[in-house]
Amino acid sequence: MKPAKNKDDEYTMFGTDGPGAGFHLGRREFLKLAGGGLIVFFAVGDGLTLQEGARGVDYPDDPNAYLKVGPDGRVTCFTGKIEMGQGIITSLAMMLAEELDVPLEVVDMVMGDTALCPYDSGTFGSRSTKYFGPPMRQAAAEARGVLVRLAAARLGAAEEALATKDGAVFIAKTPSKKVSYTELIGGKKIEVRLEQKPPIKPYAKHAVSGRPTPRIDGRAKVTGQAKFAGDIRLPGLLYASVLRPPAHGAKLKSADTSAAEKVPGARVVRDGDLVAVLHERPDVAAEALTLVVAEFEPSDSNLDNTTIFAHLKKAAPRAEVVVEAGNLDEGAKLAVKTVERSYFAHYVAHAPSEPHTAVVRIEGDRATVWASTQSPFRAQGEVAKTLGIPTANVRVIAPFVGCGFGGKNQGGQIVEAARLAKLTGKPVQVAWKRKEEFFNDTFRPAAVYDVRSGLNADNRIVFWDYKNYHAGSRSSQPVYDIPHKRVLSFGGGGTGAVPVHPFGTGAWRGPGSNTNIFASESHIDILAETAGMDPLEFRIKNLADARMKKVVGSAADKFGRTFAKAPSGRGYGIAITDYLGTYVAMMAEVEVDKDKGTVRVLRVVCAQDTGEVINPEGVRMQIEGCITMGLGYCLTEEIRFKDGRVLDENFDTYEIPRFSWRPKIEVVLVDNPGMAPQGCGEPAITVMGAVVANGIYDAIGVRMHTLPMTAARILEALAGKR
Amino acid sequence: MDKTILFKLNGKDVSVESPPERMLLWALRTDLGHTGTKYGCGEGFCGACTVLVDGKAVFSCQYPLSKVEGKSVLTIEGLAGGGGLHPLQQAFVDHGALQCGYCTPGMILRAYGLLLEKPNPTEAEIADALEGNICRCGSYNRVIAAVQTAAKAMKGAIHEAR
Repeated sequence: MKPAKNKDDEYTMFGTDGPGAGFHLGRREFLKLAGGGLIVFFAVGDGLTLQEGARGVDYPDDPNAYLKVGPDGRVTCFTGKIEMGQGIITSLAMMLAEELDVPLEVVDMVMGDTALCPYDSGTFGSRSTKYFGPPMRQAAAEARGVLVRLAAARLGAAEEALATKDGAVFIAKTPSKKVSYTELIGGKKIEVRLEQKPPIKPYAKHAVSGRPTPRIDGRAKVTGQAKFAGDIRLPGLLYASVLRPPAHGAKLKSADTSAAEKVPGARVVRDGDLVAVLHERPDVAAEALTLVVAEFEPSDSNLDNTTIFAHLKKAAPRAEVVVEAGNLDEGAKLAVKTVERSYFAHYVAHAPSEPHTAVVRIEGDRATVWASTQSPFRAQGEVAKTLGIPTANVRVIAPFVGCGFGGKNQGGQIVEAARLAKLTGKPVQVAWKRKEEFFNDTFRPAAVYDVRSGLNADNRIVFWDYKNYHAGSRSSQPVYDIPHKRVLSFGGGGTGAVPVHPFGTGAWRGPGSNTNIFASESHIDILAETAGMDPLEFRIKNLADARMKKVVGSAADKFGRTFAKAPSGRGYGIAITDYLGTYVAMMAEVEVDKDKGTVRVLRVVCAQDTGEVINPEGVRMQIEGCITMGLGYCLTEEIRFKDGRVLDENFDTYEIPRFSWRPKIEVVLVDNPGMAPQGCGEPAITVMGAVVANGIYDAIGVRMHTLPMTAARILEALAGKR
Repeated sequence: MDKTILFKLNGKDVSVESPPERMLLWALRTDLGHTGTKYGCGEGFCGACTVLVDGKAVFSCQYPLSKVEGKSVLTIEGLAGGGGLHPLQQAFVDHGALQCGYCTPGMILRAYGLLLEKPNPTEAEIADALEGNICRCGSYNRVIAAVQTAAKAMKGAIHEAR
């Protein structure tokens, strides 16, 4: 497939050579730019987009998405979503090709460009296929309907007698009588607004969806042609290195930049707290920055990894009641055995492959921005505010993004680049160095969990009293059938939460869920052992949800139904979840070196029911990625900090999974085509903490209550047991 | 002090006017406009910047221009030649051995360096050779499968491909 590229694009994902001049467009301007063809406007109702779209966008009552069938027969999907590896560039194109009856090869995806794409709240929460896909299918069905109407006149046949295939309409009984979409559109410009919901193809007729399809951006990425924000080259571009404080909360007292200024070609910029050195070579700018002698006030934070959990509990705001049913006191009376435990999770970095990067070019009262961001429209507003120009004068383009995981919802680098471009009068790139990435990241919040629950004489869970502090509420509801339960969430994990953390925190792939499920599914394992049952049997007994039982059964069939009451010495772990509608059951085999405390995850089986599977290859890749990445927060990933300083600065001390960690991975996609497609980017990572913790317990009989389960913590726990 | 540094880049003679202590990564990306080679960590911990110098994989963020003089550098842009895909590139596409794609050029060149030395590596040898290259998206199992497929496809024709 040829990637999207036309004269209106400017250095988009695949790069172009010519400069352009596109800016935020109203619908009328879009129509002008779009050239001839059939354009369908439609509304994407993911809640967030409609709600946020009503603010900030100049045509709030209009549909907020569009697709185009061009006079050349190419079909273009315009979406404000971005591609960061999760694969929607392929799955959305597949859905469009399916519904419109065109070959996948003629579909172009134009993504994350505020000038060409309709408003979008951002790419996060495994929402793209789930919320963008269905209305896009309807819009494509509408487009097909229009083409069939045109063809009926052209072929002199009734619409009902016509069928579509491979970009053409034909008479079903005499397929040789046909007319292509290209011929039908000719020089026309047809604008359609989707108001009714036309019927879309039933699942049984899907021929594209469900077929394993290679990534359509694969070729660009293996040849080095795929453009990331840092690959944008503009005449006169200056690369900036920005002075950072040694600690969060440390205010700049003084900066002597005289030595840096003497570096040939270097420009030093000072604007309040922003001190930067710019040069036409990024490495020379970075070197020159080391010559700046700066003094900072000390940070007022005195927290570190050992004091954080007590602080978090003390600083807890009022609780949100996530769920409350029955009566905890009544439940406790029914219990013959009660288990009460606390769990802890440390801060974790996103550590994206591509650090945060932005290029900003200002021309008159207009600005063009290329940025590694999950939220191009948010960036558009921020840049407009920073530069004091109308939002419509800012065009943000998110080319390929090198990992996001929630970390690129926020991006201070974009505003920094905008400020520096304004101050220097030159196009400016700000690309964080790895150390800056670790310092400026919005970490997964550290959090504390207090869980109390009980079993009746029949080994059924009769009450569940769950409190979390600063994790957020997602996935904190039990999936089990429990009559008396209450889940309280004291403080969310997102940015803008009560400023209790010593640095920025935010969404981290499966936000809240990773650690909520670590706590809850570890606790379930303890209950199973208390019941004297194997952890699989105990779970099935306490589940009422038939769909979940099927998923658990699918995983067990693959893994082997060989669970036994823990600790069995074999290192088998299990954990399950319902992540925003996607059901996951994971089973793993782990090995623990009792002398070193190290854990090796040997084998992972993941069964996932994600509704209709658009691209099985894409879903498998996401699940495999979740498992592999998830090993990091299980075993090593923990941001060390002290007095506002972030002590981990690179991958030497902050260890993330490498080749030697890789487990054998087996994925079972549980067939559920009757359900609309659900999200896939995050669900499987959320059970990793618990599945590994439960495996460790089964291997060595030591219960780990803190993430990550480092070698040192395992040795400490082993010593405590002896 | 600037110096004229001459070397071969993807088979073509190039020259860079630069202080020789600058790292190859930045000369490639900035001076020579070859942006396929990526910055990932700047300290040789991640492998995103991997290129080949005289057939050996190196971290270009740790490799000064002074050492490149007179040598032959291969980046992702030069691997295939002729507009097609090198068997390694094809295998990465076929196996879906990438997601965001940021680490991919370095990963492919590290694998190519291995195949130059060992045309038929075992799974363990592939994993060992690639240990210094991080893929945050977690494509490790697929990368190994891709390298195995490419090795088979190349069947010892590695020196020709070079």
